Amino acid sequence: MFGFLVRRLLATIPVLGMVALFVFFMLRLTPGDPAAILAGDNGEPYQIEAIRESLGLNEPIPTQLFIWLGNILQGDLGESFFFNKKVTELIAMRVEATLSLATVTLIFTLAVAIPLGVLAAYRQGSWVDRLVMGFSVLGFSVPIFVLGYFLIFVFSVNLKWFPVQGFKKIGDGFWPFLHHLILPSFSLGVIYIALIARMTRASVIEVLNEDYIRTAYAKGLSNMVVLMRHALRNAAVPIVTITGIGIALLIGGVVVTESVYNIPGLGRLTVDAVLGRDYPTIQALILVFSCVYVVINLLIDLSYTLLDPRIRY
Amino acid sequence: MFKKPAILAIALAFCASLFAVNPVSAETTLRVVMHSDLKIVDPIWTTAYMSRNYGYMVYDTLFALDSKLHIQPQMVGDYSVSDDKLTYTMTLREGLMFHDGAPVTAADAVASLKRWGKKDGMGQMLMEYTANLSAVNDKTMKLVLKKPFGLVLDALSKPSSNVPFIMPKRVADTPADEQIKDHTGSGPFIFKEDEWKPGDRTVFVKNPNYKARSEPSSWMAGSKAVNVDRVEWISIKDHQTAVSALLTGEIDYMEAVPHDLLPLLESDPNIQTAVLNPLGNQYMFRMNHLHPPFDDVRVRRAAMWAVNQKDFLQGVIGNPKYYKECAAMFFCDTPLATDKGAEIMMRSDYAKSKALLKEAGYDGTPIVLMHSTDLNVLANLAPVAKQNLERGGFKVDMQSMDWQTLVSRRSKKDAPGKVGWNIFMTSWQSLDILNPIMAAGYRANCNKAWFGWPCDIPNMEVLRKAFAEEPDPAQQKAIAEAIQVRAMEFGTHGHAGQWLGVAAWRKDLISNVPDAPLPVQWGISK
Repeated sequence: MFGFLVRRLLATIPVLGMVALFVFFMLRLTPGDPAAILAGDNGEPYQIEAIRESLGLNEPIPTQLFIWLGNILQGDLGESFFFNKKVTELIAMRVEATLSLATVTLIFTLAVAIPLGVLAAYRQGSWVDRLVMGFSVLGFSVPIFVLGYFLIFVFSVNLKWFPVQGFKKIGDGFWPFLHHLILPSFSLGVIYIALIARMTRASVIEVLNEDYIRTAYAKGLSNMVVLMRHALRNAAVPIVTITGIGIALLIGGVVVTESVYNIPGLGRLTVDAVLGRDYPTIQALILVFSCVYVVINLLIDLSYTLLDPRIRY
Repeated sequence: MFKKPAILAIALAFCASLFAVNPVSAETTLRVVMHSDLKIVDPIWTTAYMSRNYGYMVYDTLFALDSKLHIQPQMVGDYSVSDDKLTYTMTLREGLMFHDGAPVTAADAVASLKRWGKKDGMGQMLMEYTANLSAVNDKTMKLVLKKPFGLVLDALSKPSSNVPFIMPKRVADTPADEQIKDHTGSGPFIFKEDEWKPGDRTVFVKNPNYKARSEPSSWMAGSKAVNVDRVEWISIKDHQTAVSALLTGEIDYMEAVPHDLLPLLESDPNIQTAVLNPLGNQYMFRMNHLHPPFDDVRVRRAAMWAVNQKDFLQGVIGNPKYYKECAAMFFCDTPLATDKGAEIMMRSDYAKSKALLKEAGYDGTPIVLMHSTDLNVLANLAPVAKQNLERGGFKVDMQSMDWQTLVSRRSKKDAPGKVGWNIFMTSWQSLDILNPIMAAGYRANCNKAWFGWPCDIPNMEVLRKAFAEEPDPAQQKAIAEAIQVRAMEFGTHGHAGQWLGVAAWRKDLISNVPDAPLPVQWGISK
């Protein structure tokens, strides 16, 4: 197990290296000049040139690459072109909002999707099953921003139940924190509910046809015990896998959700950095997101050993 | 170990802490959504409008423009001009203080003007004419010119980027190409750097030591008395979300509402919509003089005959209440307004356009028209231009991109294609283009000119210099008229119509929102 962990962590180094190089060169190939953007809409050519010089953008690209890689190896992700602040400081300012949104969404998603999936499997072919699967298709089909605007219109503007936008830290009180995250989490979670509910249904249906389930029923166990203790537990590996993938996909979803609900998280920081061609910030964010992907995949692999004792590394 | 009541008490206390809300403060906080997010907190280093707006919160100016377009002293108490118009002596008002409690001195003002004079186009021109700028004593400074310059006060009261804001000398001594790190000003608000969250919110608090002028507030001049304790600029990128937040009262004031969303707000009795800048903005149709076919004046005029103001304004703004066809390049209803020579931009004449193209031998090579897609006040300009230009005999390759890409690409002098360009369109706030010196589009000094680099405009630079040196307003107007005629005749650029921005606020929450051509927050009560 320890050896597996070390091997996996070592394997991330070339992966992150490749990501770093890819992002660096992609950004340099993308049209747009940060100096022209920084100079402002009325910036004069001489002002743009001066800014380009001061940012080191006139250096040859290999030189820029070596400077950046050298700084990363020293733990310095660089300074934002725009805000005159360290990128790590900007990320630290934003991480709580994104983490909160992702956590609440995940809890909400699992709390809804797994029971729905189990129910649909148990009532396979019934109207309940068709309803759950219909909802699932709807969940896949509605874009997050459409759902977001719809929910804001109904629940914020008309009913005034929830705030339109913004984020409150948990330190400001649990209810304000949750109050600001209910609509965003629902908007973001719907697609994952659809995904996880479908996978749960398929896995549980497969397990329900196994001999040991028939044996459990023969022992006189109740439906609930059979479903939760025997069926769901044995169907857990694919569900955990898809949940892990879902968490990774959440990173993409938060970009849109944070924009619609004006949540100052990493997603919005990414969008702002891309629009502003803020190279250091984009590069750092992509590296952070890559690390998150790697860690999630590692945790998924490790969780298999807990869920299925036959799996050993 | 614990008895049940103790466990219950702990559980209750925990639950109470979860649902606790921070105590409500008695201070008044104005919550504002500006047109964009503040990124750079040095209004001299960049021309970005948000940095300029930030500057007006934190700093003050020696002179300022009022609503009648008159220049008024602001930080200056008394000033005098020598008979030969070469020496300006200016004395600061008593009691002016920086946010750190230090008095504002003439040395601070001199250092600030020198830094500004290295960055700003009009500032550079002023410095070229300046023989000496120095502090006479703590409160008085003297500006001595080498030769008469008719725009000294216009430069010192320049209302838009870059504005000559006054900073402490220690800050203003920062090289002009380096961003300042100390944000001490003497303006009506204090920037709370510790609460600034880029991309989220910018916080200002009232400057308790600000000494407002006794005259009533008028645009950037007069009293800048503050009636709220705190101002928060909340960054909401999505216009629909911002409008919803205004409808629910989560924000108090929205600087710029997209015209297509106005009906949502106009139907709410608690919301006031208004045009705060009566002069508004002007669209610009800019051609690249460096490359064929627009290196030929006949082709430039052909393009100008093909387009017209009305089509642009209807295509983008739509509601005639918020736009105006105006022949004056220096804006209608301003001292330099004139219609002369501008017919070419007021109506399309496709026959003339085609005839000019034939005369110039246009070979049908598609012209590259850059199309900005992400800013709602610009997005429809290029499609309208494409249609009109094609009717006028051009072949058009319209290339769509986000505004930031366009801003980057317009600085490229390469041949049109994947890197270079032939035409782009943009919009200017009135404050930036009220005369031919501050307006960058008229410059015709080839590679040193603004993007598009006009070169073969006879006497344009001579006329601009004459305008700068002319102290008599009547003569200035005559020169400005000649410049407009020359600009239209040789096609430096086309003025593609005036449009008005609309602000909105909760009238049940705030009042006394001042009229001003840029968003100012002094005077507002909550």
